Amino acid sequence: MLNRDGVASKEQVLSRFPSNEVLVKAKAITECYEEIPCNPCATSCPFDAIHIGEDINTKPVVDFDLCTGCGICVYSCPGLAIVIAQIVNDKARFKLPYELRPLPIVGEIWDGVNRSGDVICKALIEKVTYTARVDRTALVQVSVPLEFIHEFITVRRVL
Amino acid sequence: MINKDLVIIGGGPAGLSAAKLAAESGLSSLIVERDFKLGGQLVKQTHMFFGSEKQYAKTRGIDIAKILVDDVLKYPEMVEVMTDTTVVGLYEDKVITLLHNDEYIKVQSKAIIIATGASEKVLAFPNNDLPGIYGAGAVQTLMNVNGVLPGNDVVMVGSGNIGLIVSYQLIQAGVNVKCVIEASSSIGGYKVHASKLKRLGVDILTSHSVKRANGTEALESIVISKLDNNWDYIEGTEKTIEVDSLCISVGLSPLSSLLSMIGVDMKYVSSLGGLVPYIDSHHETSVKDVYVAGDVCGVEEASSAIVEGYLTGLIVASSLGFKHENYDELYRDFKAQLENLRSGPFGEKTREGLQEIARDHDVK
Repeated sequence: MLNRDGVASKEQVLSRFPSNEVLVKAKAITECYEEIPCNPCATSCPFDAIHIGEDINTKPVVDFDLCTGCGICVYSCPGLAIVIAQIVNDKARFKLPYELRPLPIVGEIWDGVNRSGDVICKALIEKVTYTARVDRTALVQVSVPLEFIHEFITVRRVL
Repeated sequence: MINKDLVIIGGGPAGLSAAKLAAESGLSSLIVERDFKLGGQLVKQTHMFFGSEKQYAKTRGIDIAKILVDDVLKYPEMVEVMTDTTVVGLYEDKVITLLHNDEYIKVQSKAIIIATGASEKVLAFPNNDLPGIYGAGAVQTLMNVNGVLPGNDVVMVGSGNIGLIVSYQLIQAGVNVKCVIEASSSIGGYKVHASKLKRLGVDILTSHSVKRANGTEALESIVISKLDNNWDYIEGTEKTIEVDSLCISVGLSPLSSLLSMIGVDMKYVSSLGGLVPYIDSHHETSVKDVYVAGDVCGVEEASSAIVEGYLTGLIVASSLGFKHENYDELYRDFKAQLENLRSGPFGEKTREGLQEIARDHDVK
């Protein structure tokens, strides 16, 4: 349970995902389940696709019609609570924030990890964006088997 | 005796912001900071901040420190800075005595803003004085300011935002964080921080506390135990964990000792972190022309300290005859920002505490 161990329930996670039909295009998944005073996801979105409003404690709501999956919110979220998900060629493709070092290198295979920290699959590193703009939070694009689309959350280096 | 219009004690987020707004209003000030550099605790906050753009959300604390310092350095004629300087005495007639390079300096000020912040609370358990047992904030300073690792295997006590954030930064520094333990039955800090740790494989054990530490020369292991609903140890649930470091992150208490020195009326308000001064809506204490801003009048996030600093600087300047040209607009904006930062569930304790202070203040 999120309040006791930091793991969001399946219902919570699914409530943030659009249907697989919508995910043929890349969309932001905002895993921000409680009211905290914070709104950079909304103010950084160039497409006004994330709504929070006047009261910055309001939880973000993504308008999937407007979201282009650009990934700006991913490295703008101070809680590292946003990923971009997409279904491409029967694989689940993610753009995720990564702040450990060393950074992954394109072509490497890393472990795919779920929200409990368990390794659940392999993840192919497809792209690593590390520019001044991402401000030390690397934007890492990976693909994992489609069946893990609702379980996968991050990558871990294989030691 | 040196004469000043405004002395600001503490060069952290609240003090720096106060100096900026005072200078903008036309009032010069002296910032006294006991550390070697300005910025307060921001100088070790390598993570992105929450809040909104006005409080530099999504900017890292270390970079917010630079912004706030640069803001006051833009007024070299208005803002004087003394670092490595400790206030050793504060008197009701607003004489302040300072110690700098073994030199004792007396300053007479028309107004004072006390922005001394807060310090880490300690936790009582057998052997809590063994080397290797640190405050979480101290560990953050060691790692992120001085580049020194505290140890190899760490347990964090406390799951408030500081405990969760420092655990994450320990992992970033390559330290093995064995677990986070939390006496309460639920995680104290933002769940996004907790989830970040959990997906890195760190367990957060709620309803657990540290029972004792073991070691001869230094920390070698700790014994943790499950707690029942009354926070009593449950027999038979003890577990020994081998660690060389233990971080204590069980909250902060306002650094209000200077306020006691000049007889400011204070009250113990647990929801604000401890002993805090009675203040009016202008952040003025019971001693005229002595103001407070930031954690010293109630422990919160740095974003609130920044806005409280702006507000207090604006007000003090006006009270000394330097009214900012946009006073009304800024006043409303800062008040609204504070209300917004505090309006959610995580602001509840602060709201309660400030109401308690305001209610008692009115009775007096």
